[in-house]
Amino acid sequence: MVKILAFITLFTSYLIYSGFVYSIGTESTVIPNKEEQLTVTKGKALYEKYNCVSCHQLYGLGGYLGPELTTAYSDPQRGELFMKALLQAGGRRMPNFHFNENEISAIITYLKYVDATAVSYKKK
Amino acid sequence: MTTDLTKKQTYASDKIARSFLILAMSYLLFGLLLGVIGGFQYILPSFLKNKLSFQQTRPLHVYLVITWIFTGAQAGLYYYLPRICQRKLYWEQGAKIHLLIQILVSVLIVYSFFMGEFGGREYLEFPPWLGAFMLLSWIPFVINFFFTLKPNYKNAPVYVWSWSTGILFFFITLSESYLWLIDYFHSNIIRDVTVQWKALGSMVGSWNMLVYGTGMYIMEKMSGDTKACRSPLAFFFYFLGLTNLMFNWGHHTYIVPAAPWVKTVAYIISMTELLILGYIIMQWRKTMSQARKNYHIIPYRLLSFADGWILLNLILAIIISVPAWNNYTHGTHITVAHAMGATIGINTMLLFASVYYIIQQEGQAFFEKKRKITGTGVFITNFALLLFWIAMLGTGLLKISSKLNNETFYTLMQKSLPWFKFFTYSGIVVFAGLFILIVTAISLIRKSSAVRTLTSE
Repeated sequence: MVKILAFITLFTSYLIYSGFVYSIGTESTVIPNKEEQLTVTKGKALYEKYNCVSCHQLYGLGGYLGPELTTAYSDPQRGELFMKALLQAGGRRMPNFHFNENEISAIITYLKYVDATAVSYKKK
Repeated sequence: MTTDLTKKQTYASDKIARSFLILAMSYLLFGLLLGVIGGFQYILPSFLKNKLSFQQTRPLHVYLVITWIFTGAQAGLYYYLPRICQRKLYWEQGAKIHLLIQILVSVLIVYSFFMGEFGGREYLEFPPWLGAFMLLSWIPFVINFFFTLKPNYKNAPVYVWSWSTGILFFFITLSESYLWLIDYFHSNIIRDVTVQWKALGSMVGSWNMLVYGTGMYIMEKMSGDTKACRSPLAFFFYFLGLTNLMFNWGHHTYIVPAAPWVKTVAYIISMTELLILGYIIMQWRKTMSQARKNYHIIPYRLLSFADGWILLNLILAIIISVPAWNNYTHGTHITVAHAMGATIGINTMLLFASVYYIIQQEGQAFFEKKRKITGTGVFITNFALLLFWIAMLGTGLLKISSKLNNETFYTLMQKSLPWFKFFTYSGIVVFAGLFILIVTAISLIRKSSAVRTLTSE
């Protein structure tokens, strides 16, 4: 009976904890306006559609063949123009996905948004 | 209390268990092959770039090796359940349906990767609707587990608790990992990433529960000691593992700007779990008589190697859990070394112990002829895995040094080339070692299956 009670207690704690994580634990201070949000959503959908996660990381999620992208937008060695060039033509390892201008702009807007949220990341 | 080493009981569902074993090892074989191809894509940037790019090889590799882990555990359960209860599987037809749906889902997932159709999420990189089918394929397995076993949790041994928890949390965490389909989660990157780490971290815990349960069960059968799996220590370990499954994912999110309380003490729990598991295995090794060790030599060696990997992973876990160090190690191959140590070193060794335990139960005479080659496979795998693990650590350390020197990604990749070669070549040897174990196991299962068919005729 002790074992069953211990399980129920832990499981209930897990459910409550999950509720907090889904709400106040993950509130973001960066909230794009409606128009920006549409572009960010489009950029994120493209990031997922082309499986960018297999080579690149955002907040530690993803592969290591390509560079980490969480703060790529504000990185002085990379930045918007550098990313744009790679998205247009691909690279030594990165395939050319033949993105059009709108798609490139949406992906960069998405990465700009991610970069803006990466407050703790930049403290490193 | 002891168990008889020679008495063998057969069940009609053994055939389906054998099919699951072969399917599980096929996942591993192809997963490893894709891993080797992925390794070459690190060394040779243009290798298969336009035919089978890293964008495809990585998700294929990840999907196949993950599927090996839970299918290997399911295969064992289909074999063990009737033996634990001394009655036939509740729904034999259901087990066949499970096998068919799982093969169909796997074919569709592999096809979608080859066609360039992705869901684009870490680990679950296939289109989301296939995740729903994956969940569906588990339903006959769940029915068989609970209705065959009819567990009485008051008196059940720890492995029954472990398996039940693994199944329950697989459903919870796989569903949770698709919360991103709701805009509330998808539109907030902090929430999306945190929930993803939470779901994936706990999902790994759910497989561990299935695999550790299997490990505990075969340890009981091999040693003949039925008390250990009902001991307070075993249950202490189980509840620690459960806490770990629920809350230990926090260490992945040190760099995510979620609330600070999200990133708390969970990793310490994870480390304690490994320590306790190591302790239990060491205790179990002491309880094994020399005769039983010799009889079960291959499963015994595999479990002992798993023990060694637990210790190595524990040391690494302590190092990378320190937040100040985690800032540097996170996002490097040091994290991969930890993942590989856990998936190949611990889980794969435990699962192969289960596979070879079943093979011995199925036909000791056949197994004796292959004992030497199997032992060689175990040794090669573990020796090469140690080199592979060191290569991952070296690659990670180089990345840290490169970050500190503010070098470009291109410079880092150039400098890392010798380490990439090291992990690719040692990865090939890991592949060779596991290839021996897989091919030997499949050939022994097929032989015993043929004998069973002839006998029943």
